[in-house]
Amino acid sequence: MNSWLRSRLRNIAPFATLLVLVILFGSISPSFRTLDNLGNILQQISVTGIMAVGLTFVILCAEIDLSVAAVANATGIVVAYFTQQDASVNIANLALPGGVAIVLAVAASLAMGCVTAFGMNVIGIPSFIMTLAMLQIGAGISAMLVRGQIAYNVPDLISTLGAGSLGAVPWIIIVAAIILLAGHLVLTYTRFGRYVYMTGGNREAAEYSGVNTKMVLAAVMVISAVCSGIAGMLGVAHFGSAQQDEFDNYLLDSISAVVVGGTSLFGGQGGIGNTIVGLFVLGVLNNGLDHVRIDSFLKILIRGLILLLALIVNVYAQRMRTKAATTAVGA
Amino acid sequence: MDSAVATETPLLQLRGISKSFGGVAALTDVDFSLRAGEIHGLVGENGAGKSTTMKIIAGVHSEYQGTMHIAGERVNFRSARDAKAAGIGMVHQELSIVRDLSVAENVMLGMQPVTRLGLIDYKAMYRIAEEQLDKLGIHVDPRQPIGLLPLGLQQLVEIARVLLSGARIIILDEPTSALSPPEVELLFAILRRVRDAGTSLVFISHFLDDILRISDTVTIFRNGRRIETAAVAGIDKHWIIERMIGAGHEELEESYTGEIFLHSRPDAPVVMTTEGLSREGMFEDVSLQVRGGEVLGIYGFMGSGQLELARALFGKLSLERGSLHINGERLRLRNTSDARRAGLAFVPESRRAMLFHLEPVYKNVSIAILGRISRLWVKPEAERAIATTHVRSLQIRPPLVNRPLGTLSGGNQQKVALAKWLTYPPKVLVLSEPTRGMDVGAKDDVLKIVRGLREQGIGVVVVSTEPETVLSMADRILVMKRGRITKEFAGEVVSKDRLLAAA
Repeated sequence: MNSWLRSRLRNIAPFATLLVLVILFGSISPSFRTLDNLGNILQQISVTGIMAVGLTFVILCAEIDLSVAAVANATGIVVAYFTQQDASVNIANLALPGGVAIVLAVAASLAMGCVTAFGMNVIGIPSFIMTLAMLQIGAGISAMLVRGQIAYNVPDLISTLGAGSLGAVPWIIIVAAIILLAGHLVLTYTRFGRYVYMTGGNREAAEYSGVNTKMVLAAVMVISAVCSGIAGMLGVAHFGSAQQDEFDNYLLDSISAVVVGGTSLFGGQGGIGNTIVGLFVLGVLNNGLDHVRIDSFLKILIRGLILLLALIVNVYAQRMRTKAATTAVGA
Repeated sequence: MDSAVATETPLLQLRGISKSFGGVAALTDVDFSLRAGEIHGLVGENGAGKSTTMKIIAGVHSEYQGTMHIAGERVNFRSARDAKAAGIGMVHQELSIVRDLSVAENVMLGMQPVTRLGLIDYKAMYRIAEEQLDKLGIHVDPRQPIGLLPLGLQQLVEIARVLLSGARIIILDEPTSALSPPEVELLFAILRRVRDAGTSLVFISHFLDDILRISDTVTIFRNGRRIETAAVAGIDKHWIIERMIGAGHEELEESYTGEIFLHSRPDAPVVMTTEGLSREGMFEDVSLQVRGGEVLGIYGFMGSGQLELARALFGKLSLERGSLHINGERLRLRNTSDARRAGLAFVPESRRAMLFHLEPVYKNVSIAILGRISRLWVKPEAERAIATTHVRSLQIRPPLVNRPLGTLSGGNQQKVALAKWLTYPPKVLVLSEPTRGMDVGAKDDVLKIVRGLREQGIGVVVVSTEPETVLSMADRILVMKRGRITKEFAGEVVSKDRLLAAA
């Protein structure tokens, strides 16, 4: 393999995977290759996509956030908690104007991100453990607020963005696209984005260059929490209900999307472009498996195998990139 | 003088080795032979091809033209593992020990003795390790974590491991650069013992005195070619330097060793003052002044605390006591970002800790000044332009700012590390081991850069464990010993032996 190809394996492999999956499902199932189904896929990956934006920041810094789904769930429930529910819903909720409810919910996700950042930077808990604790805390907040009940109402703005459409295009797709685009712009064109890549690429070197790496890490954890919060609010509207354990699948899905897309687990390499490809790979896989009528238990196994494959490619891509970039002339 | 090389079948023989990276020739038609039981010195400037040749021998590079024979038998290593199996061991400049494991565990890494139950037999491991180390004249407690030992001993333990793994050929890359004189003596005694037992050693070093003292044969590389191989008996330092870089550079290396007058500038304005800086176990009660337009050298053996002091001056290590003033203003450094904003700059001794190997050169240059050239949005064009200026003025090769940094040679990487701080001159620049592992030409380049910074009125602090580095650069020299400043040389004549005597 030549060095050009090797150094780009990270970007090429996920795209090739996507192409293979599309061709595969497209040739087996006529119902898969319709415009309507493309719309379905886009909707199905929107909530994951919003979460994955924050996670991309975190993983680029060579950290992990296991609390994304729990924070999403908690934020979705908070916004419902502060919205007037029907009499049939037996929740001690506190009805506030929609705007206030949204602000409080966003503040809740922000606060959870800050606690994570505090635990990592000030106390020195590794992100893996710290966000594992936040996962539990988020689940706890969700459980406390709904107490096994289901809430249905969310503020109008949220229900429009989560379940409404602008013409033929569902708002949730538009929101996801905007957040993905914003994430891409920040990562690629801003100073902060550069610091994220450099902190992930070599934290010590970033520090020796006078970059406040702790601030960068704190910022990415907060960004991740807020993205999760937005995903949670829209998700609740999209699914039509707010309840406990609603987002459980989204932790694995969002991490998978980022990693399958080729963003390096070792930090510093990848980006939103990769995450988008990863989202499509997962979306096409999940959707396509429905179209080919496969044993739903086998589906789970297939997803696991695809993830494993992506991880293998991820690690190899890192190795090849490093090899291609450090093969010194002379030395 | 090639005829001086023996005619018997060499243990290792390379013939007509050529290797290129992406169309750039790194080695051209290199012949190299190593006899059994000799110490073979390898010298040449950075990028001359020494490392590439050794990496081919060690199986790191498996694609090349030419042939390699070991004991007359053709070999073709596909990997470093193949080379290891064939008895080739390499001790890199950056050690590959596991700091938290004991000395014995490090020596026996990968070949621990096991009990019948398949568990590690610690008793046997400690015994074997101790025997092996004793045989080499290294007397340390094998139960001790290796990270607690001085660097020199760590290195010796690593060499012991390579030996124990059955290596017949051991390649040592700059083994003396981090060692104090007594440690070098111990190393040389051990290398001789190993050689006399029949093992062949390749000794790569920029310290020509060391090469001349320990080697039996010397091979000189220049521009990817083997220039000459000669028995050490008939040659001297001048002879080597001439062939390494051509005529004209000899005075430079000489100037480090003779008597030097320190042009201290007691009238220059003080930019940085420290009082009673202390950090437990590292440095104690360090009070010093740095003047603008003056190069302050801080010298001490490895472990004297000067490298840690340098980190503390940049906010990487926190201070337990003492105060730090810049232009009369008291600073409290919580992190490196505070230090950078206060006008401090730092280049650590390890390039790996300073640079981003997968990123292009220009991003490596701009990272330290992004705050100055951009507020919200980055400006890659401006960054490239700035990097291009530095690449030109520092003569960084190849002069391509979009190339990944990792593809540059060590000396050029060091220049990039310096270039980071040159766009917006800092008030004080702290350089830790700025020329470690560099050849004479690259050292000269760094020296010129430092002189240029001094002319701009920057206070430069050069921290080193190499007397030559401090002597060649400094206008005033502080000597540190066990964490304390013990001596100041200013406005007087100083020489290497006086410096060593004070340390």
